[in-house]
Amino acid sequence: MSDPMNDIRASFFIECEELLEGLFDALQTMSDGSADDETINVAFRAVHSIKGGAGAFALDQVVSFAHHFETAMDDVRSGKLAPSDDLVQLFFRCGDILSDLVRAARDETTVDAALVDPVLEELGKYSTSPDSGEAEEEISDFQPLTLDLGDLGAPADGADDDFDALLASLPPLPSDDEPQEPVARTVVFRPEPELYKSGNEPLFLLRSLGELRPSAVRLDFDPDSAPGARMTWTVEFDDPVKCEMVEEVFEFVQGLCTLSFGSDASPRESVPAEEAAGTFAPADLPMDKIPEPASPTSDVAPPLATIDPAATDEDGPAEATTAMPGGAPKGGAAPKNMASPTVRVDLSRVDRLVNLVGELVINQAMLSQSVAQSSLGSNTAITSGLEEFLQLTRDIQESVMMIRAQPVKSLFQRMSRIVREASAAVGKKVVLTTDGENTEIDKTVIERLADPLTHMIRNAVDHGLEKTEDRQAAGKPAEGQVRLSASHKSGRVVIEVSDDGGGINRPKVRQIAIDKGLIPEDAALTDGEIDQLLFMPGFSTATTVSNLSGRGVGMDVVKNAITALGGRISITSHAGKGTTFSISLPLTLAVLDGMVVSVAGEALVMPLNAIVETLTLDGESVRRLGPNSNVVLVRESFVPLLDLGVELGYRAPKENYAGAIALLSGQEDGHRAALVVDSIEDQRQVVIKGIQDSYGRVPGVAAATILGDGQIALILDPSDLIQNSSGQSRAPANIEAV
Amino acid sequence: MSISVLAVDDSRTMRDMITLALKDEGFEIHLAEDGQHGLEVLEDIAPDVIITDINMPRLDGFGFIDAIRDRSQTKHTPILVLTTESSAELKARARDSGATGWIVKPFAQDKLIRALRMVAG
Amino acid sequence: MTADTTNAAPDPSAPHEIELLSFRVEDHEYSVDIMSVREIRGWTRTTSLPHSPSYVRGVINLRGTVLPVIDLAMRLGMDPTEPDDRNVIIVIDVDGRTLGLRVDAVSDILTLPTEKLRSPPEIAADENQTFLRALTIIDERMVRVLDLSSIMPDIGEVAA
Repeated sequence: MSDPMNDIRASFFIECEELLEGLFDALQTMSDGSADDETINVAFRAVHSIKGGAGAFALDQVVSFAHHFETAMDDVRSGKLAPSDDLVQLFFRCGDILSDLVRAARDETTVDAALVDPVLEELGKYSTSPDSGEAEEEISDFQPLTLDLGDLGAPADGADDDFDALLASLPPLPSDDEPQEPVARTVVFRPEPELYKSGNEPLFLLRSLGELRPSAVRLDFDPDSAPGARMTWTVEFDDPVKCEMVEEVFEFVQGLCTLSFGSDASPRESVPAEEAAGTFAPADLPMDKIPEPASPTSDVAPPLATIDPAATDEDGPAEATTAMPGGAPKGGAAPKNMASPTVRVDLSRVDRLVNLVGELVINQAMLSQSVAQSSLGSNTAITSGLEEFLQLTRDIQESVMMIRAQPVKSLFQRMSRIVREASAAVGKKVVLTTDGENTEIDKTVIERLADPLTHMIRNAVDHGLEKTEDRQAAGKPAEGQVRLSASHKSGRVVIEVSDDGGGINRPKVRQIAIDKGLIPEDAALTDGEIDQLLFMPGFSTATTVSNLSGRGVGMDVVKNAITALGGRISITSHAGKGTTFSISLPLTLAVLDGMVVSVAGEALVMPLNAIVETLTLDGESVRRLGPNSNVVLVRESFVPLLDLGVELGYRAPKENYAGAIALLSGQEDGHRAALVVDSIEDQRQVVIKGIQDSYGRVPGVAAATILGDGQIALILDPSDLIQNSSGQSRAPANIEAV
Repeated sequence: MSISVLAVDDSRTMRDMITLALKDEGFEIHLAEDGQHGLEVLEDIAPDVIITDINMPRLDGFGFIDAIRDRSQTKHTPILVLTTESSAELKARARDSGATGWIVKPFAQDKLIRALRMVAG
Repeated sequence: MTADTTNAAPDPSAPHEIELLSFRVEDHEYSVDIMSVREIRGWTRTTSLPHSPSYVRGVINLRGTVLPVIDLAMRLGMDPTEPDDRNVIIVIDVDGRTLGLRVDAVSDILTLPTEKLRSPPEIAADENQTFLRALTIIDERMVRVLDLSSIMPDIGEVAA
């Protein structure tokens, strides 16, 4: 059994991510100028909830920062501060820091104060509170009482706030019975009429007082007093009782009753109310005082765009676990009150389901195959039943895959931070607009998209957009636009990063490629081919990439990351208008569309997204380049010919490749190749099986799958094959390496 | 007999914490995400005590308490306010609106239980 | 690779019995600690892994997972032979990984006191002895007890 506190802690950090998402949404709305009263409330509540939860886990850094952040937002909320553009931008930065702090707390690391302090300092400039010490003092209230049950020894001087410190010291340690603490042997309690209206009950209070072991209690009834104030209880103790412990019992009715202490051990007649008033006078609480109305919109106003259905869905999963795990629901009433009928499930369980469905798909394929090979006719009930079975299996698989799907929203929000940081670093004004944030895609894909997308966004800000003065010279708005969008297109997710910059400077790109020896000086390249040069390894280096977007990686790394996810990336660019990078991704990583080919008697799967076209080679098009290398002429350009049988070490090179079948792999970048196979068997979806865990990395192989006949087929990694190909020399060199 | 509690907080973490603190202590726990949701739950159950947060979407704690006190069935139901602020001002305001008592977040389990037993009997 | 108890010479003071699964590899009798054995399967065709050491036969489908299969004869330095249907695959767990061993045939399950196990002699010239954990004589036959950890690691190193 796991520790429930750890579970709550884990769920707290998940909630924090959702709250941060809501915070950024609200801030974005404020920054767009479309905020209303509720927007700042949403932002405030997000930070407030993070603070509240963080307090419970003693995440002091988070609590302290959230407190300052919240205070500033509260000032905006109450109208003390105007939400200027600068302030909203500062709030964005605060949100970034808060995200960092939360994640650091989650990972049990810390955030460098050098990052936090400047923001706090700036926040301090907006402080409307004249006494900054007050804030510090308040923070002390958020010390984790859950962990600190020792006697804090707070002086019981009757100040209101001290009650909490006092309560924190409970249960009291008997040995701490310090003589200077006020004690009493008689307690007189006289409720005021207001006490009953607050839902308090004298009987319960006296019962609690009874736990302090009084020796006697007397009730006096005064028919002349106002109704509700006619009774006075006098409680006596043989051993002196600490006043603060009595006060604790009456904490909630403080001001709603008369409470007085007597040190006299002997029974007293009664305590006059006037005398008692000296200790705890009923506060002047007019009964007609009605709670301040919440802002008119806040009560029933429909939730803002920031609380969209998807966000609510995400919010939902808590319900199943929080709903009455202990007590039985009364009369079955509770379930229908739950806002959204969702369950929270351990990811490993989902993954197991995904795997099992994968097995089902394989099993079903095996069954179909054996039926096809049997003597049963094609029109039997079995075949049509199998057809339905196939469809059902596909549907189940799809549904199961969608369990793992998440909206890309969290990813997009991270990108808005990248834009903020990147634009500040290069001194450009940039606005990020996002679209299709609720588009869902596999959780792992989202996680693995973060790095490539970050790089692309930085690139767009740094290289895509012109300098402000250049923009103005070109008659464009000074503020550059970066647009990030996601959408579903024919069973895939398409993510686009576009900018309204100057477009790719093709002559320059071409020159760089020539300078770096990536293309011959006289290469005749189309615009599209020039654009593809950006993806070539070695294209991006220090001279072409600034510190900001560079960080030592180029677009080739982005492309590899996307390809590893089973995705494709393409560029469109228009001079003076901007550039769009388009990423097309599978909905899930668990299955792959592949072409089953046969090489030297082995079945292999080539990812469909890597295949440009299939070729039948004729003697004319294949040219021998050297003793160990051939090229094939594909539409006027030479593409290296790789015999998969040789590359994989299955067989020796053929004498003649005329008539052979080849898959033209890669897109129009520098790493095209024609991969020779013996035959093409099938085109189908396959379930991906990892091979690294059980064996280790195999060069040129991405994973494995199980075909309909139960045999394992390797899924090829074309980019690895092509990049690491060394003609025919490679296979024999390695095959005996032990 | 167990004490039935309706806990209203928009933070899942807080709801989890309350549930954890109370579930093995003989309380029957009902949960709601905000004041509006809390009122809906109150249509179906009559808890012995209500715990509510203040800062919540749709219907905040003050409005929620108001509405509770307006209903004849819950006019006298004890209400504990969960608050991160421990200022006298806020406590006074909570009580003015009809709250029975308050719990300062983060709360200690024993203190919460004691407060619940105190107000609910 | 962490040191494992299977690597250590048997502790002569331990009064335990050990159960061994013995099998034939060409004309030699080998055995493994039965605690490492998960199952024994009939021979199925393997899918070759490119660029793997020759003794790695390939991978098979073990109820949906990818199981690498080692040709024990080749691993032990014997001449390669073509597998036939009478061969079996012994599925073993070792150092947290699962692996198949192709052997000619399974012979027996032997129970013997651990003190009957003898450390293999240090014969530098004999490469095979590095894979041996112990030797024992049963019914006048010499049975070799394989050190599974040492059979494994090269795979990771070569493949990684």
